[in-house]
Order: sequence, then C-alpha cells, then structure tokens
Amino acid sequence: MKRERPDLLLRARSRLTHFLASSDEALDERMAQSQTQPALSEEMPVDIEYRRMLEAEIEEERETAARLRTWNERRSGRLGRGVYCVLCVAVCLAMIALFLYTAACLPDYGSAGHPANNEVPARYIESGLQETGAVNIVTGMILDYRAFDTLGESSVLFTAAMVVLLLLRLDADSQTFSPLARVIREQPHSDTFYEPHHDTILQHAAKVLVPVVLLLGIYVVLNGHLSPGGGFSGGAIMGAALMIYVTAFGFEAIRRFFTYRTYQRVVLCALLTYAVSKCYSFYTGANGLHSVIPLGTPGAILSSGLILVLNICVGFIVTCTMYAFYAVFRKGEL
Amino acid sequence: MQLVQNFPFACILLTLICAVITSVLGSGAARKMTLFVIGAVTAMTACVMVYTLKTGDSYVYLMGHFPAPWGNEIRIGALETVMMMVFCLVILFSFLGGLGRSMLQIETSKYNIYCIMVDLTLLSLLALVYTNDLFTGYVFIEINTLAAAGLVMIRQNGKSLVAAVRYMIMNLLGSSLFLIGIVLLYSITGHLLMQNLQESIAVLAATGEYREPLTMAVALMTVGLSMKSALFPFDTWLPGAYSNSTPTASAILSSIVSKGYIFLLIKVYCRVIGFDVVVSLGVCDVLFVFGAIGMVMGSINAMRAKTVRMMIAYSSVAQIGYIYLALGMASGAGVLCALWHVAAHAATKSMLFISSAELDEASGGTHLRADLRGGFYRSPLAASAFALGGANLVGIPMLGVFMTKLMLSQAAIDAGGKHMVAALVVLAVSTLLNAQYFLGTAVDLFTPRHDGKAVVRTRPQALTAAGIAGFIVLNLVLGFFAKDILAALAAGLARFA
Repeated sequence: MKRERPDLLLRARSRLTHFLASSDEALDERMAQSQTQPALSEEMPVDIEYRRMLEAEIEEERETAARLRTWNERRSGRLGRGVYCVLCVAVCLAMIALFLYTAACLPDYGSAGHPANNEVPARYIESGLQETGAVNIVTGMILDYRAFDTLGESSVLFTAAMVVLLLLRLDADSQTFSPLARVIREQPHSDTFYEPHHDTILQHAAKVLVPVVLLLGIYVVLNGHLSPGGGFSGGAIMGAALMIYVTAFGFEAIRRFFTYRTYQRVVLCALLTYAVSKCYSFYTGANGLHSVIPLGTPGAILSSGLILVLNICVGFIVTCTMYAFYAVFRKGEL
Repeated sequence: MQLVQNFPFACILLTLICAVITSVLGSGAARKMTLFVIGAVTAMTACVMVYTLKTGDSYVYLMGHFPAPWGNEIRIGALETVMMMVFCLVILFSFLGGLGRSMLQIETSKYNIYCIMVDLTLLSLLALVYTNDLFTGYVFIEINTLAAAGLVMIRQNGKSLVAAVRYMIMNLLGSSLFLIGIVLLYSITGHLLMQNLQESIAVLAATGEYREPLTMAVALMTVGLSMKSALFPFDTWLPGAYSNSTPTASAILSSIVSKGYIFLLIKVYCRVIGFDVVVSLGVCDVLFVFGAIGMVMGSINAMRAKTVRMMIAYSSVAQIGYIYLALGMASGAGVLCALWHVAAHAATKSMLFISSAELDEASGGTHLRADLRGGFYRSPLAASAFALGGANLVGIPMLGVFMTKLMLSQAAIDAGGKHMVAALVVLAVSTLLNAQYFLGTAVDLFTPRHDGKAVVRTRPQALTAAGIAGFIVLNLVLGFFAKDILAALAAGLARFA
C-alpha cells in the first residue's frame, strides 16, 4: 500500500502533464472565451473543468496522505488512539448492560398475556385466508395487508442497487471522476489473479447445481402464497444460482443471456408491475371501490389475487439485485 | 372521497414509478423526468394544502383494502401539507439551481442515478411526512438514508467517498437505534399504528408499568434520530458530507434529509409517545442542553472554516441546535417554534448552498472565503441571495429566522427560571457569532477588490437563475407571511396529537 500510493500519484500526474501538453493552446483559447462568455452556458468547456478537477484531486490526495503520515508518526496520536479504544470498549459494555437490563424488563416472549397478542394478529390468523386467499398468512400479511411497507422494502433494494452501481460500475469515462475506478482500470486483475480459471471441478458441479438451484428458487417464488417462502427467499436462491454460474463459467458466458441491459429491463418491468398493481389496489381500497381481481380457490397455484404476481415481481427484483451486487463488487460491471 | 384527497398517494406512487423509469433513461431525459416529477408533486401538494387548510381537518387514506391496525394508512393534515409544500419548493429550486454544475460534476452515464437519488429522497420524504405507522416510517428512513448516501458520494472523488463512509456509519447506527426503539415499543404495547400506540402508552405511563423499556425506547428513538439529523455531538459526519457534494446535493442534504428526520421525531413525540410523557421522562432537558451546546459549537466551527461551503455546513449544526433547543423548552410553543425553524432553515440553508456555488464559480472556481470579496460585482443575483440568506440566519426582522428567535425567547421567558437564563444567553451568543461570520462574508461580497483586475461579470444559466430567484421569493414569502403560516402550523399542530 505504501509503495502504491506514490505510484498512483505519479501516474495521475504524468497523465495530467500529458493532457495539458496535448491541449494547452486550445485550452487557453477556450479559457479566454469562457471569461467573456457566461461560465455555465450549454456548450461548456468540459476540458477546463476536467483539468481543474484533476489538479485539485492530486493536490488533495497528496495533502491527505501527508496528514495521515504525520498523524501516524505522532506520539500523541498513538496515545489518543489508546484512550479512544478503551472508551469504545467501555461504552459498548455499558450499552450491552443497558440493553440486557431492558430486555429483562420486557413481557415474556410468547406468553398469552403478551401485549402483541391483540386483535391485530387475531384477524390475520382467523380471517387471513378468506380475506387474502393466501394459505401462507405471512405472505398474506406482507403482500396484502401491509403491502405498502413491502413496496417500500422493494424500493430499498432498488435504492441500494442504484447506489452500489453508482459507486462501483465502471464506464468509459469513470476514471475521469473516480480515483477508485482509476485504480481498478489500471490493475484489472489484481483481486482475481489467484482465482483458478476454468476450474473443472467447479464447472462440473455447477452444471448439476445451477438448474436444480434455479428450479428450487422458482418453486419457492411460485409457491410463496401456499407454503413458506416467497419472492424474497426465492429470489435470493435464484441469485445464488446465477452467482455459481458466473463463478464457474466466467462473465463471458453469462453475458450471453444476462447483461446490464437485461438487468435494467427486468428490474424496470418488475418494479413497474408491482407499483402499478399496488396503485390499483390502494386506489380502489381507499375509495371504497370493488376490486375486480378474483381471489381464486385457496390452495390452488393460481389463487390469492395479486399476491402471486407480486411474489414473482419481488423474486425478479431480488434475483437481479443480488447478482448485480456480486458482479459489480467483483468486476465493476455486469 | 374527493379527487384531491388522492393526491398524496398519487405523489408517492408517481415519484416511485418515475424513479424506476429513470433508471433506464439517458442524462437529458432523466433530468427532464426529474423536473417533471418534482413539478407534479409540488403542484399536487399545493392542491392538497389548499384543501386541508380550507377544511381545517385531517383525514386518513387507506393504502389497501384493510383499515388501519391491520393494513397501512397515511394521514394528511394541515401541518403535514404545509411542511411538505416548503420541502417540495426547496427541492424544486435546489434542483434547478444546481442543474448546470451537476452536469459538469457528475459522470454522464451515471447522471440518471443522481436523478433517481433526488426522486427517492422526495419519495421517502413524502412517506415520512404522511405516514401514520411507525414501521412504515422506518422503511422510508432506510430509503432516505441510502438515497442520501448516494447524494453524498455522487462526485466519487476521495473526499466525498470518505465523507460517505462517515455518513453511512453514523446514519446506520442512528437507524438501528431507532429500529430497536420501535421493537421495544411494539413489545410493550403490541401496536405500530400511531394512535393505538399513543393510547397504550398513555395507559402504561399512568400505571407505571414497563417504565424502563418505555424510557429506553424513547431514549433510543431520540438518540437515533438526533444522530441522523446531526445534533451536537453527533455532527462529525455533517461538514464533510455537505461540503464535498454537488450544490444541489448539499442543498437537499442540509435542508431536506435532516429536516425530514426532525419532523419524524416531532411526530413521534406528539403522536406516538405523547408530549407530556416525553416531558415527564426528562428527554427535553437533555435536548435542551445538547441543542444549546450545538448552537455555540457549530457557530465557532463555522467561524474557523476556511471555505464557504464548510462555513455553511457548520452553521447547519448551529441551526439544528436551535431546533432541538426549541424542542427542549418542553412546551407547545417550543414545538411550534421547532417546526417553524425546520421550514425557515430549510429554505435558507439550501439557498445559501446554491448561491455560494454560483459565487464560487463566478470567482474563478475558488472555494475559499477570502476569494469571494467583491462577489456582488461578478454575480449580483447569487450575491444578493447569499446576503439575504446570511441576514436571515442572523435574524434580521421581517425574515423567517427572526420569528424563530422571537418565539424562542418568548418560550424561554414563559418557561422562566434556569431555562430562561440559559436559553437567552445562548441565543444572544449564537446570534453574535452568526452575525460575525455571515454578515462578515456578506459585507465582503459587497466590497470591491482593489487588485487592478477588471471585474468580469458572469450571468448564471437561465435555470440556475430561476432557482436562485425562486429561493429569494420563497424566503421573502416565509418572512412576510410568517404570521399566517404560523397560524396554519399551529392549527395543524393542535390536531396533530
């Protein structure tokens, strides 16, 4: 790490000088123009901003490195860290004691007199089957009674996926903006170098496992309203199948059927279906309108109204999000 | 049910659907889509606000076919809609005002993700403001936390990544403490719906049963949300997060994200725990002390800041101290003052961030305070906005924050005793410090540079100018019509509990 840092700086600086040398005259011209014209017009001198940014960034990195070094070398820094560690442990112990004491004061878990044993779970258990059509009342609860919360949870997954893509996905111009992307681009294989390529044992195992795991995932999703499971757990299983596949056969193989575009489209369709169908049910519910969606025969695979559709949507979202996390963390792209 | 009553639900679903669609759009289309969403939500919120103010009553909206303790619902009243209106306008103007710079500072192929983060912040804010269920509140806190993390690290450079890590650590800790608080409350009451919780807690408080878990739950929720809204001493993540992002992101983070949590905390106090119970547990005194320390410490740090954005960021710590000090007054007037300051500060702080970015740009891309001298002659609009914002935060009469200071002093005098002395002293000290750094900078802006260089006057992009002008109008409206807005807030607060 210590040796790499100056390297990185040097490289960034040499790129900067190269960049400056290649376009100095043109830049000066545009600089002069930009001072007479509004600075933020539509045809912005992007290269000026780029130069300024790169310069500032190098300066910043140098400063941070120097500050870290002096802080590490200082004696008071070490003493401060010692006191900090002791305080941390003390605070943690105090919190643990406080939480244990609070837990001891809570009503007995599972007892008949527990406050949570009130009219709310009573209705879920007694009339959940008639009202939602789902044999698995947990699914009925999360996808029908409290569907708004679950819509929120699916959006959490979407948000998380977007933030991870923002941070880790490498694009053509990523290294202009992100030092992280620059490091990954310059040493593309540093983290996967020791991993075996075309591991025969893994590939043979994957050939057997992937279809079975995928099938199990589909089963868990489709039977979410009948037996334990549902979109979240089934989606996680299917995501795991994709991960085994990509580990065994590599990104080239999986790109034949799963690219960034596939990811985008699947998540788009699933979340839109989810949101639009919930739109309908919230609107009819709040306005006291009759919903035309039949509940079907409880126990049949095509039953429980929208729950099956929502489970499938959640399943797709979870599968894609899990795989996307894995792929961008490993390689920076899908 | 009238059509207008459906609008809050429509706002939430529309924002979500558009955010999802934005994920496949290019940068230009994403920008238009986000502008459309913010505009549509602002318009719909305006309609609902007019409706709730006219009827003077609140209503609940079922999110599904099942009534409340079983299903989810949202509650819409005058207080919620007025606050939401201010938040919507702030997001709209922040987005417009930072449009030009955000195009430069963000990677083009990831620009749509930036738009999604703005959409999702709006979505989570809508849900946090309208929710009537504590757990729904938590779900949207998660979205808010993640979307804000995206906004913090949107520039992807070293400093913003470090700031994002700090932000995530503190905010996840805050979220989990809040969640543990919900779990404890559920364990001792068996409810998640706000009215039911309040009824059960009133009984528990009267009988003294489960006193320890109740105290712990209130303490955890308070600490969790104050961590997330950067009350002193949990403010270490704030300056880096606010000052290293794009102007729009800084404005949204400082004025929307933290304020949403404070609104939720006020909601928890008034609608879940019951304000009397909160007062009896002694939480208000703690808030009072930390709010007071935050007011002074934030201002001192702001004075020492070298860059303008750092100064504004630290001044946020001081202003959040005001809000918590007002809550710490343990009276209805204090809560009203806190709510008012949430709105007034949101409008001002975002204006300061946007206008300071524009001033930086006009002064040659600098970030240093010293380089802004004579900024008025380079960018009159931005300098005027900055001066107005600074004057507002100092507490010049006719502007929003003056009302806060007035109400705070009034509440302190009503409270009497030690509270009065402490609050008035801290208020005076904080105002002096505010005046030192804000008025100092404002005077600097109007002092021409005498270095012999020609003054180059820059005209901001049309949309940026529109955003800044919108902010100026919003702040003036909040100042001039403070009495009417406060009356609406007070009426809403009366029906809130």
